[in-house]
Amino acid sequence: MTSPIPLGSLELALASLLVLASAGASLMLGLGLGRRLVLAGVRATLQLGLLGLLLRWIFSIEGPWLVVSWMLVMGVVAGGEAVRRTSHRVAGQWRLSMGVMLWTSMSVSLYGLVVVLRVDPWYTPRYAIPLLGLVLGNTLNGIALGLETTLSGYVQERDQVELLLAHGATRREATRAVVRRAARTGMIPIMNSMVAAGIVSIPGMMTGQILSGADPAAAARYQVFVLFIIAGGVTLGTIAAVLGATRLVFDDRDRLRVERVRS
Amino acid sequence: MVLFSARSATRRPWFEDLSLELDAGEVVVLTGPSGSGKTLLLRALADLDPLDAGLLELKGRAREDIPPAEWRARVTYLHQVPVRLPGDVGANIASVQALDAQCRRGAIDPGAGAVGAGNGAELAGLAGVSLDTAAQHLSGGEASRLALYRALGLSPDVLLLDEPTAALDVPLARAAEQAVLAWAQDGGAALWVAHERGLAERLGAREFSLG
Repeated sequence: MTSPIPLGSLELALASLLVLASAGASLMLGLGLGRRLVLAGVRATLQLGLLGLLLRWIFSIEGPWLVVSWMLVMGVVAGGEAVRRTSHRVAGQWRLSMGVMLWTSMSVSLYGLVVVLRVDPWYTPRYAIPLLGLVLGNTLNGIALGLETTLSGYVQERDQVELLLAHGATRREATRAVVRRAARTGMIPIMNSMVAAGIVSIPGMMTGQILSGADPAAAARYQVFVLFIIAGGVTLGTIAAVLGATRLVFDDRDRLRVERVRS
Repeated sequence: MVLFSARSATRRPWFEDLSLELDAGEVVVLTGPSGSGKTLLLRALADLDPLDAGLLELKGRAREDIPPAEWRARVTYLHQVPVRLPGDVGANIASVQALDAQCRRGAIDPGAGAVGAGNGAELAGLAGVSLDTAAQHLSGGEASRLALYRALGLSPDVLLLDEPTAALDVPLARAAEQAVLAWAQDGGAALWVAHERGLAERLGAREFSLG
């Protein structure tokens, strides 16, 4: 492994010239993006700088508690974000989203850590935190897309669902079309990134590993591992969210209670 | 013989103290001014909307004791505006006939449910359409005839009809009325929402008025 070229303040300042130049270009063309671009750059620098310091601190502390609480916090934030991104609301959606997010991302991450990587101890933060972060970020997309497609599906296709119900369909039979479509929609992004991986671009994680001196073939294996773990999390999370949201808009007599969905 | 009975004690003003019984073989015409809740009543009877309080019975069995899918397979509601499923006419017939509850009914009492439902071509013929027409391309009248004959073919115990002939011209509407009467004579019962004054008289049916 060759050691990476260290990045110091000088190097970062040089890189930031590009953002400043873009802001200048925006100013000249009157795009009105200059201020926001600079602010976004400052935000990214501060957030990532803080994250680096925080992770350095967490890595230095022994015992699982800090790592586990960090994972819980990230899970809750991601669950809330998944709801925030949907334009349709139903009572119970927050609990559903958080529960699904925590349960699915924790279980696939644990599988990756304990069964695949055999990290010892399993909570070694250097592995646990980045892996969970990747899983959460992608599962969030799946859950948000799945929830939105499910809820809007029941609003838009109420008549078709109720036609089937009215002729004796069970909830499962009547919701098959909406569930199928919502699950597919939620999984489009991860499907696309698996199919396009390595053709359109080098995936971000692999790029990072290569830049920091890893062997490209080893980095590729790691990327495949990560994609599989993510695919598992997204699939579980999307399906659980779609079925859970379906449960929320039906009552105990399998009636479609479309008035429970607000948009 | 009382086939179906409904008593409600709901807070909704329009169903207050409602009491309705249908005998086997009977067609009852449900009338009432616009906004009197005719559609809501049919939906509640089909257990598609909750009834705040009240008692529904089919052949002496309370609604609560019958699983929802079986209840609706036996007490079937037809939408006022016919609903088209994706695909062609054949798929629209098959996807309803293939429902679990319909297949089970056909197996338990032959003559009811999907087994006695008649084949798709026959039903399409009754509706005057061909099997491979896309359902989205059916006219309102064609779609409502398809929906009606499909439901008659499944032979539920009770049919809840929401102005089933509104989109049909007079001869087709008369034919549909006769089909419902003929079906009811085999032991079914229909509750028929209508705006037209003369319907009850023409069908020789009892009239039940809301509001």
